[in-house]
Formats: sequence, structure tokens, C-alpha cells
Amino acid sequence: MTAPSKEVLAKLTPVLTKRWLSPDAWRLSVYEQLDGYAALRKALKAHQDDLIALIKDSGLRGRGGAGFPTGLKWGFIPQNDGKPHYLVVNADEGEPGTCKDLPLMMHDPHSLLEGIVIAAYAIRAHHAFVYVRGEAVHAARRLRNAVAEAYEAGYLGKDILGTGFDLDVVIHCGAGAYICGEETALLDSLEGFRGQPRLRPPFPATHGLYACPTVVNNVGTIASVPYIVLGGAAWWKSMGTEKSSGPMIYSLSGRVANPGQYECSMGITLRELIELAGGMLPGHQLKFWTPGGSSTPLLTADHLDVPLDFESVAAAGSILGTTATQIFSDQDCPVYATWRWLEFYHHESCGKCTPCREGNYWMKGIYRRILSGAGTHEDLDTLRDTCDNILGRSFCGLGDGATSPVTSSLQFFEEDYLDYIEGRTAPVFTGRELVGAH
Amino acid sequence: MALGESTVERAREIIARYPQGKERSALLPLLHLVQAEEGYITTAGVEFCADQLGLTKAQVGAVATFYTMYKRRPAGDWLVSVCTNTMCNVLGGQQVYDRLSEYLGVGHEETTADGTITLEHAECLAACDYGPVLTVNYEFFDFVTPDAAESIVDGLRNGALPRPSRGARLCALREMSMQLAGLVEGREAGVEDGAAGESTLRGNRLAEEYGISVPGYNPDTPIPSGKAT
Repeated sequence: MTAPSKEVLAKLTPVLTKRWLSPDAWRLSVYEQLDGYAALRKALKAHQDDLIALIKDSGLRGRGGAGFPTGLKWGFIPQNDGKPHYLVVNADEGEPGTCKDLPLMMHDPHSLLEGIVIAAYAIRAHHAFVYVRGEAVHAARRLRNAVAEAYEAGYLGKDILGTGFDLDVVIHCGAGAYICGEETALLDSLEGFRGQPRLRPPFPATHGLYACPTVVNNVGTIASVPYIVLGGAAWWKSMGTEKSSGPMIYSLSGRVANPGQYECSMGITLRELIELAGGMLPGHQLKFWTPGGSSTPLLTADHLDVPLDFESVAAAGSILGTTATQIFSDQDCPVYATWRWLEFYHHESCGKCTPCREGNYWMKGIYRRILSGAGTHEDLDTLRDTCDNILGRSFCGLGDGATSPVTSSLQFFEEDYLDYIEGRTAPVFTGRELVGAH
Repeated sequence: MALGESTVERAREIIARYPQGKERSALLPLLHLVQAEEGYITTAGVEFCADQLGLTKAQVGAVATFYTMYKRRPAGDWLVSVCTNTMCNVLGGQQVYDRLSEYLGVGHEETTADGTITLEHAECLAACDYGPVLTVNYEFFDFVTPDAAESIVDGLRNGALPRPSRGARLCALREMSMQLAGLVEGREAGVEDGAAGESTLRGNRLAEEYGISVPGYNPDTPIPSGKAT
């Protein structure tokens, strides 16, 4: 393996991930030695509105996929309305390909807590919840330990650091439902219901948890806050691009030599990321990849030089999403890959909206038929038509996300579909699929 | 009796975490508590949650059946979940699942005849940089092969508990459910275990090796004040 070039190495920006190198940074005593809770002390001396303005100035955008400006979201919370305000952290990481929030909570849980206290202070909330994906119980364990340490040390609870500010934090485990990563489904789940999305408006900023003003932010978003408080907006904006500021944790998986987490200046390209990851695995040629999880349309080798920031990826016809780059090679079949994602969306559809519930059910069946060698040319039209009927016709983004791999793989790899349909590729499945559905 | 006074006490402790009047928020943790006590979501467990929260059994049942981690049949001590979502799948996860299914003689969400192991195929477990992965009671085993998976389940059966690649050493599914309910991990090692894997640290290691940090960082940068305080 050749070393990455100087120019590419210079795009590494270890900020949120830096403490992961210290094996005991999850302990409060070690965290404090590594600048821990310095941002909180500084923030609690500032006016709440100045903190919101600082986050706005930094250009921080949500790290959970949608990229909404964080300061703006905080600013939407009505003040002096007499209602309790809530901060809810979305730690329900489950978008296929995404694996950056769990290591952060495992190896640097106090940085998330510190961000929580600052954010809650800014939006005048006295109750915060972290909704952790159930399967991530190892991360919940570390977080609970951190919460206990923080109460003990006076960073949580009543009269935090003598400032008169009170905050309680509850670590709440989910129970296995991808849909709960959608913010309104998460809120319903946190209220003790089935995790099904709500119609918007009203938005959580005014009618969120318990119908009160609520900010829902992703783990990476909240964990960014202490660094902005310490280093300032200008320093934060020295990373990334004008509209997509700061560092971003890119998760590389698949056919590269060294898959893993690479925190880089936003706007790095996949070509550069692959260089950091030691190149493609020997004998593998890049064929298709997701820029930010399976809900973002597939890109190809033609897109190696697209800057991975919110605007540039959108201009290339996809979505930056969670910056989970899943990298597939010429040895992987885009039809098979898409089928497997469809099985996932079908399984995870909450069933509330007919287009998503029924559309995904039928699409996965059509994929099985194609992969068992019994597909027809009309099947491709049916897939496109079904996607047209799902996209934009459901309450939340799950249905939209399901159409991403379908429409993009049909756009770039129709030949691979035709190879199954016209008998040039051996079937993956045997037996008759979707009998009678022709 | 499984759902006795001590369970009621635990339930009260859980309910007290949520704002007054919003007790229903405790339903998911209470269902985890039921699994911890009963091994799965029993009819008695549904009734217990309904009683504690002033809900109907139908309301509790509707929630319990929505989430995949709540098991509706008795589960084994060891829940083996193999990721077969796309990335793990193409890297070999499907073969791992198929081999285990054949080796154990059970299918998805089925338990071996001796009642020790429940097998399931899981959707993305958020460890794609370690794929293919499987978890045992939600603790990770990385880069698994069909052979490695066989020896993992052998270890589960013969008591020589295999050590997860990351995360804590194994505990039984009921204990894990207690932690999911938010009742604190009693084992010191349960929190201490879990050094970062190499994939997690890749970018960091490169930055360290080549001496890269973000320039211009000054933690004393003032927060601009627009409000007179």
C-alpha cells in the first residue's frame, strides 16, 4: 500500500474523533484532563441567545442526514411560552452503512453529554432524552455511566456549576425499529407508542415531545457543539465548504483495503477517501457506492470527484445523508444489492402509509422474480412506476429512501437487470417467485 | 413468582424517570423489564405493563408487537443475530447465516431444541466497517466467517463463553434486557470492556502518524456577545 499524498492527508480533521485514541476517555477523570467540560464552563457564562447565534454563525448543519441548519432549529423554539422545552438526541443509528455515532458514544460519551447541557441551556430545556438504538446497549451502558458521573460532579442535576441552571438527562433504549430514527416516529416511540411518523406541520419545534417545543438533534450534531463553543465559529468554518462547514465523520465500508471512520473536512471526494483507506481491495474495481447510506441514490465511478458536501452531492443527483459510503466493486451485483435493501425497507416500513407499505412489499417480490430468472421487461417499468407512486407520497422519508437504490440502479445499471431477464446471468434464487403476479 | 413485588419496585424506579403525567414514556423500558423477568413478552407481562401505566392490554400489545427486540416466544439464553443487510451480505454475512441455520437446525427467530440459542437475521447493526458482523446478546463479533460462527455457537453451548471482538464480555439475554430497561449494569467489567477497534481509529491513526491536526484552534476564543448580560 502506498501512503496517501500530502494533499489528501491534509484533509483529515480529527476533532470529534480525536479522544477516541485515549482508551479511557469515557471516564470523567480522563475526559476532564482532555479539556472536558471546559466548553460547558464557558457556555454557561454566555447569554443563551448568544450561544444560538454562535451556532448559527458556525454554519453547523445536522449530521443525521437532512443537513438542516442547527442554529436555525434552536432559534425556532418559542421563548417565554410557559411550556416545558425538551432536547431529544437521536441516537437511533441504523441507516445501512452508518456506523459513526455508536463509536462516539462508546469512546467519548461525555462529549455528547457536554453538548447536551450546552444545547439544553441555550434552548431553555430542563429535560433531555437520548434515544439510543436498542441493539446499541453497549453504548447505552457507557452513556449511563457517564450520566451518573456527571450528576456526581455537578455537571447535571440541580444548579449546574452553581449557575442556577437545572437539567436532567435520561438515557432511553429503543427496541428495534429503524423507523424510530425518523424524528417524529422517535418522539411517538419515546412517548410509549408504536414508532410511527407524525404529519408535519406542526413541527417538533412547537409541537414535539408531549406536544411541547422540542429540538431533535443527531449525536454528531450535539457532540460538535462543545468544539464550536471553544474554538469559535470562524475556526469551525475553516473546515469544510462555505455552505457545508466543519469536519464530518465519513464511514467507509466494503471493498477498500482499510474500511473505517475517517473524520475529514467536508467536501472531500470519494477518490480521496479511498486513497486514505489504502485503495480498493486488490482485484476489485469500484462499480457503485452510496454517498450517505442506502437511502441516498447510488453513484458510480463517474462520481469519484464529486465533493462530498450537501450541495455538491445534491447537484450530482444524490444526497449527502449520513456520509456512510458503502463501496461496492465489479464483483458485486447492483440488482442483488438493491433487492437486499428492498427487503430491509419492506421489513422496516411501519405500515402507516399505503404507498410505502404496499410498494415495498411488491417491489421486493419483483426483485426476487428477476433474481430467480423469471423477470420480464415489464417488471422494470413496474419498478419505475411503483417508485413514482411511493416518492413524496408518504409521511416520512422511509418510503422516499427505499426508491433511491431502485431508481438509481435502474438508471446506471439497467444492463445488469436485463442480463437476468434475458438469461445472460445465472439466477440467484431457484424456484418460482411471485407466481401468478404477472 | 416472576412478576412479584421486586418487579413492581423496579417498574416504579423506571417510571419515576419520566415527567409527571407522562408515565407512558416508560412503556418501552417496562417491556424490556418484562423480558428480563419472563424471558419474553408473556400475557402476564403485557397485563403487568398495563396495570403499572393505566393502559389497556390492547394498547400495550400494540406496542409490544411493533418492535423486533420484543420476543413473542421464549428465547434462548443466547440471541445470535447475523447481519444480512446488503453490505454484510455481500461480504459473506448471508453464508454465515445460512451455515448457522443449518448447523443449529433452526430458522429465523427460532430456538434450538435445548433452549440455549435463538437465531435471527438482523438488519444493519451499524458496524459496517467490521462486516460481516454477528452479535450475541447484542455484543459484536467482527469479520466473522461461517467457521468462526460455528465455533462461537459451540462456545455458547459448552460454556466456554467466546469473548466478543468489542464491547463487554457476554451476559445472559435476561441480564441484557435488564440493562435495556435502564437498570444499571452491575458488573464493573460491563462498562470497562470495549476498547476501540482498529477500523474505528483508522482516520485518527493516519492523522497521528503524519502529525496532522486542525490549525488555528484557540479554546479561549470569546463567544461574541450580542446581548447585554
